[in-house]
Amino acid sequence: MQIYLPIAEVSVNAYLLLGLGGMVGILSGMFGVGGGFLMTPLLFFIGIPPAVAVATEANQIVASSFSGVLAHFRRKTVDLRMGVVLLIGGLVGAALGVVLFNYLKALGQVDLLVKLCYVVFLGVIGGLMFIESLNAIRKTAKGGALPTRKKHNWIHKLPFKMRFRVSGLYISVIPPLLVGLCVGILAAIMGVGGGFIMVPAMIYLLGMPTKVVVGTSLFQIIFVTAFTTMLHATTNYTVDVVLAVLLLVGGVIGAQIGTRIGVKMKAEQLRILLAIMVLLVCGKLAFDLLVMPSELFSIAAEGGH
Amino acid sequence: MRWLIALLFLAIPATAEEVVLGLSQNEVAITTSFDGSEIFVFGAVKREAPIPEGKLGVIVTIAGPPVAVTVRRKERRFGIWVNTDGVDIDGAPSYYAVATSSTLGDVLSVRENLRHKVSIPSMIQAVGAPNAVLDASAYVNALIRIQEAAGSFQLLEGKVVVDDETLFRTRIQLPAALTEGAYETRIFLTRDGAVVADYTTTIDVRKVGLERWLYSLSRNQPALYGLMSLAIAIFAGWGASAAFSLLRQ
Repeated sequence: MQIYLPIAEVSVNAYLLLGLGGMVGILSGMFGVGGGFLMTPLLFFIGIPPAVAVATEANQIVASSFSGVLAHFRRKTVDLRMGVVLLIGGLVGAALGVVLFNYLKALGQVDLLVKLCYVVFLGVIGGLMFIESLNAIRKTAKGGALPTRKKHNWIHKLPFKMRFRVSGLYISVIPPLLVGLCVGILAAIMGVGGGFIMVPAMIYLLGMPTKVVVGTSLFQIIFVTAFTTMLHATTNYTVDVVLAVLLLVGGVIGAQIGTRIGVKMKAEQLRILLAIMVLLVCGKLAFDLLVMPSELFSIAAEGGH
Repeated sequence: MRWLIALLFLAIPATAEEVVLGLSQNEVAITTSFDGSEIFVFGAVKREAPIPEGKLGVIVTIAGPPVAVTVRRKERRFGIWVNTDGVDIDGAPSYYAVATSSTLGDVLSVRENLRHKVSIPSMIQAVGAPNAVLDASAYVNALIRIQEAAGSFQLLEGKVVVDDETLFRTRIQLPAALTEGAYETRIFLTRDGAVVADYTTTIDVRKVGLERWLYSLSRNQPALYGLMSLAIAIFAGWGASAAFSLLRQ
């Protein structure tokens, strides 16, 4: 069944979108990630204009994060105070990101920027995850203990300290603000929640306990992506609500199926699968940038507005 | 001699042959399930005198609203392909189809083409382009090539069927990715490459229903549209969470 998207102004197969939403939903349920970093490139591949894909995906992430954060609120695994500090950084970052996005759109370089961001981040995260989970599999095979994290580092020497009770931390607000800022910029440019960057940063940089990390990052992501959605909707008119709804329906159902599959698998196996998938998407995007395109010319609305 | 030919031309009344046109539809509604459309153009040549001399040609064109676009070229920089140069095209139709009863060169002389702007390249206005880059024509050709591949530009030579020099008909495909607006539809009757009669009408292409409502909301009330998108997202997220926690119990 073909469906005409009112904002993207293209006609796509509704089942394909539902299927994509479902597939990414299953993966996000299995691996506990938002899935935005997979969905946005997949939307590029099926011919949705990148600007629309990025803006609409931000809207879809609001839904999946909201669904997830409710579960975390019930389990009391959200550090609201840390969430608000990350959020302040995130909102500033999102505003900067949209300004950068619009500036490059006028120059005709926005597709390149988005794709380069994806190649770099997917490559780095996928690579690190792959190595880390390979090591973990080797260690558990040998029966060795998992390495313990350092409790104190340079982060603890910075000023403007604040107490975060739920996380059991007394640290400066500068690092969480900076983490929020970076994630906000990425959210606006890449159309992702940024969980895949924020979660490792919260664990390894801020030293937050793992159990509150996911809930807190989801809390921050809801507001940053909601803000990004509003910015894109009011400055670029690129949020396609029909596309968002189709992706949502598939995604929400897929996520619940994925969660059940995820429970039955080992954490290291899950991580290595996720790493391989991330690297595949990264490879496809990099390949498109490196290989001479069959059509060297492209058409865009004048000035990009 | 010249005045004699001129007199001969004057002797033929301007309305020696006229076009009577029918369209399968003069409105195209873009609904949620819109997946392209086919316009059936048919008509007749009305004449009160015997069939004049000269080879009859029929040309049907449909042009979408003109849009200003930028054509960009990729070049290899630091090992990757990036957009480098760009040319602004002041006006190119978002959609353009030309259907003819024979090859275009056969039914329309070069001079008449210039006067009536019928062929695809004649529809593209790139006034500022030659100043911006050396090979502006490469960009115009690229625009035509890309739009032809997308089905947005169509040259349908020999696709107009003419019966008994009187009845003509053709089918023109509108692609799924269609811009809203008035689509100017022109019919030209030619004799030996010269236009003897023409007729212009418009096909109205509009988003309707939900498509119309969402599109105008997103342009006229972007803040409201954004809030609505967020509300839908939050409601769907809450709904999914509530539904599945009910299922678990």
